Amino acid sequence: MNQIKKLAGIIWLLLGPACIYFIVRAAAHEIAVKPGVDTVVQWGVFVVIFIPIAIGMSIFGYYALKGEYNH
Amino acid sequence: MKKENKIWQVITASSLGTLIEWYDFYIFGSLATVIAGQFFPKTNPTAALLSTLATFAAGFIVRPFGALFFGRLGDLVGRKYTFLLTLVLMGGSTFAIGLVPSYESIGFAAPIIVLTLRLLQGLALGGEYGGAATYVAEHAPVGRRGYYTSWIQTTATLGLFVSLSVILFTRHSLDVDPAVSIAKFNAWGWRIPFLFSIVLVGVSIYIRLKMQESPLFSKLKSEGAISANPLKESFGHKENLKMVLLALFGATMGQGVVWYTGQFYAQSFIENVCKIDFDQSRTILIWAILFGTPLFVVFGSWSDKIGRKWIMLVGMFLAVVTYNPLFKGLLDLSDTATKTEVVAAATSKINSVSIPNTQNFVRTALSTKSYTDGTIVTTTTTDTLYANPMQTTIKPVVKISKVLANSVYWKMVLIVFIMIVYVTMVYGPIAAFLVELFPTKIRYTSMSLPYHIGNGVFGGLTPFIATLLTTMYTADALAGLQYPIIVAAVSVIIGTLYLDSKINIQHD
Repeated sequence: MNQIKKLAGIIWLLLGPACIYFIVRAAAHEIAVKPGVDTVVQWGVFVVIFIPIAIGMSIFGYYALKGEYNH
Repeated sequence: MKKENKIWQVITASSLGTLIEWYDFYIFGSLATVIAGQFFPKTNPTAALLSTLATFAAGFIVRPFGALFFGRLGDLVGRKYTFLLTLVLMGGSTFAIGLVPSYESIGFAAPIIVLTLRLLQGLALGGEYGGAATYVAEHAPVGRRGYYTSWIQTTATLGLFVSLSVILFTRHSLDVDPAVSIAKFNAWGWRIPFLFSIVLVGVSIYIRLKMQESPLFSKLKSEGAISANPLKESFGHKENLKMVLLALFGATMGQGVVWYTGQFYAQSFIENVCKIDFDQSRTILIWAILFGTPLFVVFGSWSDKIGRKWIMLVGMFLAVVTYNPLFKGLLDLSDTATKTEVVAAATSKINSVSIPNTQNFVRTALSTKSYTDGTIVTTTTTDTLYANPMQTTIKPVVKISKVLANSVYWKMVLIVFIMIVYVTMVYGPIAAFLVELFPTKIRYTSMSLPYHIGNGVFGGLTPFIATLLTTMYTADALAGLQYPIIVAAVSVIIGTLYLDSKINIQHD
């Protein structure tokens, strides 16, 4: 079980940057399609709020990979 | 016996205040469309609504900052005075929103003031919950924390229940003529639920002032063992930070989306996608909440016996696998294509009102269709009738409102009730789970942040992101569900792998 936890840590470690890429790409696409204050504000909020959380996910993955959650 | 009485006093004082804070917070969201007309430019209704939703989201996004600010304060000066302060801040902000003049009266100052007050509400809520949960848990006997803190867990849903009830009651009691009453409510009556808050807050402050500080915190303080820097200890030390991250990704993140999908998004879906009448879309939720609320205590108490982990994760898992069929069920129940129309009962009426200083008219066509099962559908089409015959309205405004037959109405209540059961499973045990994950001296700070990121950010943005997804993928009415399903699924996997199911208590 501890081995699975460690290996899954790689997924969480990579999920962080993947989420950042997805959010930034979606934000850029939506702003390009519907330029306007509303779109910029909405997606700006998403980007600002979810990037630190995505970084947190990577830190979580790093701890899992290091075996910090092993029992 | 005396000890038993004391814990119930603690629960009553804490729960009442927390319920009022949730009430204050939700009336804004529940009245989003009415407030949009009052405080944001009316030239573009969609922009006005989005502005309000953004304000609504802002209320959720600042919650984690409130958690940090008041959590730190609570770990430094004590739980009692900190969550008393959050109550005053919340009550004052809510009351003030009810007093802000409209955009027509004071221009852009109106939305700016409202936005500021909304941010203060978010900050206050960020500090309140962690304090109340910690306060109750630190009074409760160690093996019964799930049961006693579950009473605090009922307050978020009951706050929503009270807010919906007060809004519906006010909306229908301003005049004997229902249409006039609704018009009055939209013009000024919406302020009443905000102003009413000050009475509730006054009572709650009076009760809370009589309470004593938490015994565990008092003990720490008398021993000089309180944390000098709760923020640093909570998030600067790996041993604690890793538990904060686990609590967020393995529990509160999934809990937040299940909570908001089962209540807010379900109501929004019934009203805006299924096109169910304003009152029915709210009373469906009210009944489901009423039937479901006792289950918070059932699952909280059960978690003392079998552990918190699997109750929460099974609730999330059931949500992941059943949201699509449940929401599809709501759509099917409201679909008139499967019903038989009573053609003879159909009515239609056209009304034209001249537009001042022009030769044009606003034309409103009202048609009503009845179905054999008792469902009535009213379609209102509004367009402009131009004096120049070459000019026509490009896109008339069409509003559909369905009043469901009794049998269909109760089937919808049942579906929403099932979603509320999931809410009670994920939310009932979570206060005890979070409290026990962190040591007393940094508990308020440590548990508040993952709770408010999970519940406030992931959960609070659910109706907003789900609505956004349905506007991006217009062919699929259920596209909005992808967000809560994916987030809850990730939480189920992380929780299953990393949360410890054997131990409920890590810290006293």
